[in-house]
Amino acid sequence: MKAAAFDYIRAGDLAEVCRALDDGGPDCKIIAGGQTLVPMMAMRLARPSILIDINAVGELQGIGGDETSLVIKACTRQAAAERSPEVRAKAPLLAKALRFVGHPQTRNRGTVGGSIANADPVAEIPLVALTLDAGLVAESAGGARNIGISGFFHGLMETSLAADECLTEVRFPVWNGGGIVGTGFREVSIRAGDFAIVAAAVQLALDENGVCKRAAVALGGVAPTPLRIEATAEALLSSDLDAKTVGEAARLAAHEIDPVADVHASAEYRRRTARVMVERAILEARDEALGRVAKP
Amino acid sequence: MKPREISVTVNAKHYRSEVPPRLTLLDYLREVLGLTGTHAGCEHGVCGACSVIFDGQPIRSCLMFAIQADGHEVETVEGLAGADGGLSPLQDAFWEAHALQCGYCTPGMLMASHALLRANPDPTEDEIKEAIGGNLCRCTGYQQIVEAVRLAAKRMREADPEAGPEGNKDRVDE
Ligand code: FES
Ligand code: FES
Repeated sequence: MKAAAFDYIRAGDLAEVCRALDDGGPDCKIIAGGQTLVPMMAMRLARPSILIDINAVGELQGIGGDETSLVIKACTRQAAAERSPEVRAKAPLLAKALRFVGHPQTRNRGTVGGSIANADPVAEIPLVALTLDAGLVAESAGGARNIGISGFFHGLMETSLAADECLTEVRFPVWNGGGIVGTGFREVSIRAGDFAIVAAAVQLALDENGVCKRAAVALGGVAPTPLRIEATAEALLSSDLDAKTVGEAARLAAHEIDPVADVHASAEYRRRTARVMVERAILEARDEALGRVAKP
Repeated sequence: MKPREISVTVNAKHYRSEVPPRLTLLDYLREVLGLTGTHAGCEHGVCGACSVIFDGQPIRSCLMFAIQADGHEVETVEGLAGADGGLSPLQDAFWEAHALQCGYCTPGMLMASHALLRANPDPTEDEIKEAIGGNLCRCTGYQQIVEAVRLAAKRMREADPEAGPEGNKDRVDE
């Protein structure tokens, strides 16, 4: 369990990262928190010839934005995002999901951007980014590029990032177009903090009568990438989210997916669990929003 | 790849060493510095045996390369004992509550709980479980570890009722 030999560059700023990526060729790899990459290197599933360390790049750390979006710089620690009042206020779904990401020790190193760039199919942060239709920014020696999340995940741990690009920020849109927002996040894993078998993320906006005006639903662990479940989201619109409507909408999710069996769970288990997780996440989001309506 | 020079502070002592980039922080502590209190378990980030405190936060030392620790500060289980070599209140509570059998997980459990108590002197049972949730123990069944952390927290609060979060850190004892 020892990584193969590599050369190491500690980048001081983003320009240096881009230059190193440009010079380094296809075998160089960025290391941020290392919580995905280092295990892969230990198991020799990854053998980069050069590691470009971005942990000292100040431009890649921090949480900001405005009323319309929450901007998290790629190398911001998951623990920092978890503690941030700004994240809780502007992207409550992300705040909720972060508690499910690994353990305190891994969140202290692991980064928000690293989780998205590694694109593990059951990782929580990519799932939330997809649910909320986040925008990504990547930079290379050729300049910056905006990437929509919908085309970002290509397959199992594969993304549209080019080998010479560094993910620099993630922009989570803030839902402030009216309505009361509620969020739900549910997952099943073998032990708390382990990788999820199936995870469901839901964000809803209700009007003052409790009618659903906007809905976003996505699942992790049912395909090589996280998946948005539009049919379920559409089935919720204009309803008052009674148990029957929610149950039907969740059933649609089970129809939309085509999970495969692996060592952790059968395809059928995943399908059934997906339905239950979606249902519970919708109810959680509904009740959270209704709780806010009730408050004077 | 040729070794590179790093300088790291471990338990308030400064070290300068030459390390190959692929050497993990875990192996650096154990094999280069001889600080074998930190244990190597899975070596790929699953068991928590290698937990140390890095710049004030608990992390897994097998998931970092020593070269990344250049210019940073590390605390290991060797740093817990008092100047006289006596057990810290947390270590003493582990002993008293039977929070270890084989002891393999113990340094990691201690460092994870030490970081917790420094940030939160009065944790709930759930907070304790969350803090050590990434540390596997194959012997105790965890209950006594949770009890030991509660016992240590209680004794440390009684000994120093003023201590708030991080309260002990900058205190000057008369
Ligand atoms: S040895 Fe580091 S987590 Fe197991
Ligand atoms: S005491 Fe043996 S593994 Fe925990």
